[in-house]
Amino acid sequence: MPQVTLTVNGQQHTVEVEGRTLLVELLREKLGLTGTHVGCDTSQCGACVVHIDGLSVKSCTQLALQADGTSITTIEGLAAADGTLHPMQEMFREHHALQCGFCTPGMVMTAVDLVQSHPHGLTEKEIREGLEGNLCRCTGYHNIVKAIAAAHPLMHAEAAE
Amino acid sequence: MGFEGIGASVRRKEDVRFLSGRGNYTDDINRPGQLHAYIKRADRPHARINGIDTAAAAKAPGVVRVFIGTDIAAENIGGIPCGWQIHNKDGSPMAEPMHPVLAVGKVRHVGDPVAVVIADSRQAAKNAAELIEIDYTDLPAVANLTDAVAPGAPEVHDGVAGNLCYDWVIGDKAVVDGVFANAHRVVKLELTNNRLIPNAMEPRSAIGDYDTSSGDYTLYTTSQNPHVIRLLMGAFVLHIPENKLRVVAPDVGGGFGSKIYHYAEEAIVTWAAGKVRRPVKWTAERSESFMSDAHGRDHVSTAEMAIDADGVFLGLRITTLANMGAYLSTFAPAVPTYLYATLLAGVYKTPVIYCNVKAVFTNTVPVDAYRGAGRPEATYLLERLVDAIAYDTGMDKVELRRRNFIPADAFPYQTPVALQYDSGDYQTTLKVALQNAGWEGFEGRRAEAKKRGKLRGIGISTYLEACGIAPSAVVGSLGARAGLYEVANIRVHPTGSVTVFTGTHSHGQGHETTLAQLVVDQLGVPLDQVEVVHGDTAKIPFGMGTYGSRSLAVGGSAMVKAMDKIIAKGKKIAAHLLEASVQDIEFKDNTFTVAGTDRSKTLTDVSLAAYVPHNYPIEELEPGLDETAFYDPKNFTFPGGCHIAEVEIDPETGVVEMVNFTAVDDVGRVVNPMIVEGQVQGGVAQGIGQALFESAIYDPDGQLLSGSFMDYTMPRANDIPPLSVATENTMCTHNPLGSKGCGEVGAIGSPPAVINAVVDALKEYGVRHLDMPATAGKIWSIIQSAQPRMAAE
Repeated sequence: MPQVTLTVNGQQHTVEVEGRTLLVELLREKLGLTGTHVGCDTSQCGACVVHIDGLSVKSCTQLALQADGTSITTIEGLAAADGTLHPMQEMFREHHALQCGFCTPGMVMTAVDLVQSHPHGLTEKEIREGLEGNLCRCTGYHNIVKAIAAAHPLMHAEAAE
Repeated sequence: MGFEGIGASVRRKEDVRFLSGRGNYTDDINRPGQLHAYIKRADRPHARINGIDTAAAAKAPGVVRVFIGTDIAAENIGGIPCGWQIHNKDGSPMAEPMHPVLAVGKVRHVGDPVAVVIADSRQAAKNAAELIEIDYTDLPAVANLTDAVAPGAPEVHDGVAGNLCYDWVIGDKAVVDGVFANAHRVVKLELTNNRLIPNAMEPRSAIGDYDTSSGDYTLYTTSQNPHVIRLLMGAFVLHIPENKLRVVAPDVGGGFGSKIYHYAEEAIVTWAAGKVRRPVKWTAERSESFMSDAHGRDHVSTAEMAIDADGVFLGLRITTLANMGAYLSTFAPAVPTYLYATLLAGVYKTPVIYCNVKAVFTNTVPVDAYRGAGRPEATYLLERLVDAIAYDTGMDKVELRRRNFIPADAFPYQTPVALQYDSGDYQTTLKVALQNAGWEGFEGRRAEAKKRGKLRGIGISTYLEACGIAPSAVVGSLGARAGLYEVANIRVHPTGSVTVFTGTHSHGQGHETTLAQLVVDQLGVPLDQVEVVHGDTAKIPFGMGTYGSRSLAVGGSAMVKAMDKIIAKGKKIAAHLLEASVQDIEFKDNTFTVAGTDRSKTLTDVSLAAYVPHNYPIEELEPGLDETAFYDPKNFTFPGGCHIAEVEIDPETGVVEMVNFTAVDDVGRVVNPMIVEGQVQGGVAQGIGQALFESAIYDPDGQLLSGSFMDYTMPRANDIPPLSVATENTMCTHNPLGSKGCGEVGAIGSPPAVINAVVDALKEYGVRHLDMPATAGKIWSIIQSAQPRMAAE
């Protein structure tokens, strides 16, 4: 069976996978990182979003073998080692941007990339359009948009330091 | 720390684990030695099963067992039961055909489960399932309501003539017909309430486990009500006694009603685990969810209102066809009857009402309650009809509503359709909504939009609903087969912290926080010292779960009663410790005080004394500080309010853009304003989804065309406008909290507000009515076919 070597949340792993194993299956089933979720089978819902080499990617639409040699961050790796929440996680909590929590890991990972890649600011329209690949059935998106807008200055102030 | 009791927008305790990827959803759970189940489903809507050959599948790599319907039938396993029996207008009971766990003899809808493969991996099970050969004889099928009731329509169930499950009425037809005959005018409207798919983001999942040494079964399942599943599956399907069956609903990723029901897959994995003597795990793929989760809505109605010359409503007459799908799901018969027709007074003082509902079987997925469950159907009908009355008579839409409101001094108000409303102030929610939505300035906005080539419209809906489900004796007399009380066990620990064991279940509603706030309020224990436990039948005595906006109104009331018992016992203990008379003991802010003195004991002092009863009235009082209360509500609760939607339509494309949405709701006492807003926002998004985007579409032969997120339009962030959400509350008069519930109001009031806005935007095209969803294609076609007419004028 083929092998894939990748770094996940700072830890290197070498894992045997089948050619058809999806990255999300590798994460959930082989590495026990069940924070990344599967919500659909047509690559629409975004519950599976992780970062590969810093960019948000739907892990249901990546084969595990494609991730060979990459560095992956999942929701479990977002907070600091001492448990301090990432500003995006803080703002989601502050603004009640989650209810059942199932879409949340993918939503947060998408949001972090969205904010990181727009250092000069995000309009409300840009935030809403940036979330096109993430479905939420509980919140109506209103508070998610608020949380992301609130996280922007916190994330870019940190980067500026 | 700040105020954390009732009324505080406390941030949620459950958030940190969800935000850190440490939620414990059913598919996250893995049991040692587990096998995986894959369900082979019917790929056709209606067929006789002549034979099933599982030989090749059984020998496929990794496969342990393959089971089909005849294997299950041979073991005396019952069919999936229905929890509510409706009677026909002649008094006879509804048709209740058998709903087998795996199909026997026939398949009746695309997605009907036929076989299960148990293997050492999901892939192995799925591959093997493709090797199962089924010899079918296709039968004619019927998917939509009007086809299903037409003479000569194919019969979904042998012996159920005309596909009629029941023919039910409420009200006196002769009286109503008399009012209509003498009325100044009758306004008629035909409408469809579109079929929806709930699509919670977490697909359904179930793990069955069997302990070979104790003979105990455990089912982990994505359920809103684990005790109900234990009852239905244990007593009626698998015949496992309650004490040998534990059901655990861990973190559940949304439900909206679709996770209430006992589903075949739960019985399959539980039974199979006992057969193969290893845990058996199943998780739906999303396109599998589309053809196996209960769908919602799907009514076709004719509505008529008799009015006088001033637009006062004299009588309402309705006929409705309601789709049950191929089999009766757990609540299904109640949804278009007691959760729909009894709401047809709405906020209006219409004196007489008659409604006839025919529930119909079709070759489609079973239909059952989905957020609002009957009340969105009633509200949509009423609020579209009221706007049609305004359209036909030229009367003002708002004034027409005001004129017919039940006045604020008329409560308790007995409607002509069984329900008695306890409190409400419809004039106030209307007034505030009109203000917040800028109703007065709308025509200016319409003119400005016209200059940009856009059609702008505004729509209003004034509504109420009935929830806080439900008074047991009342629903029992109406055909419910279960009680609908709730249970709370409040355990004060020796060192003063509190655990709440509740029979409700949180799948997004934030109960770990909001129910804890009730304890902060009544016992004065800090929030971080209160833990809420739910979802495990081994930990919680009994309960009926979460749906029908009942957790606070019914579950919270049970907690209040249990805490009353804690305080009463605590006073006796404190009296002993303080050497005072119990009548002189007061309790406030976590402290028992001798009235008029500064002599006091904290709840912690009292609880420690109770568990270490050395200085204790042991002759009169058992040790411990742990009380349980059951609460059976005296009535439904009646939240409601006013929703206003504003839309802009691009006539070139037909695309409807939501520009504003305003909700002002009366939800009774608010425990956490932030949570209430979140519930209304989420409900409104689902209502906008129903109004503009969503439709579960079958072709006439029963093939599910909208079978995945590719074809079923879920609302996205850029489809939902900023939402203005506010409350103007009147207290519920019959529960100790005064809470009415807020979980469903968003989805109930919003669809007609949106459609009323779309019709308003299209008024220059002479549009009186259109049905949901108001997709771009539908609107574009309406505009196109109206234009030659307009050019001719």
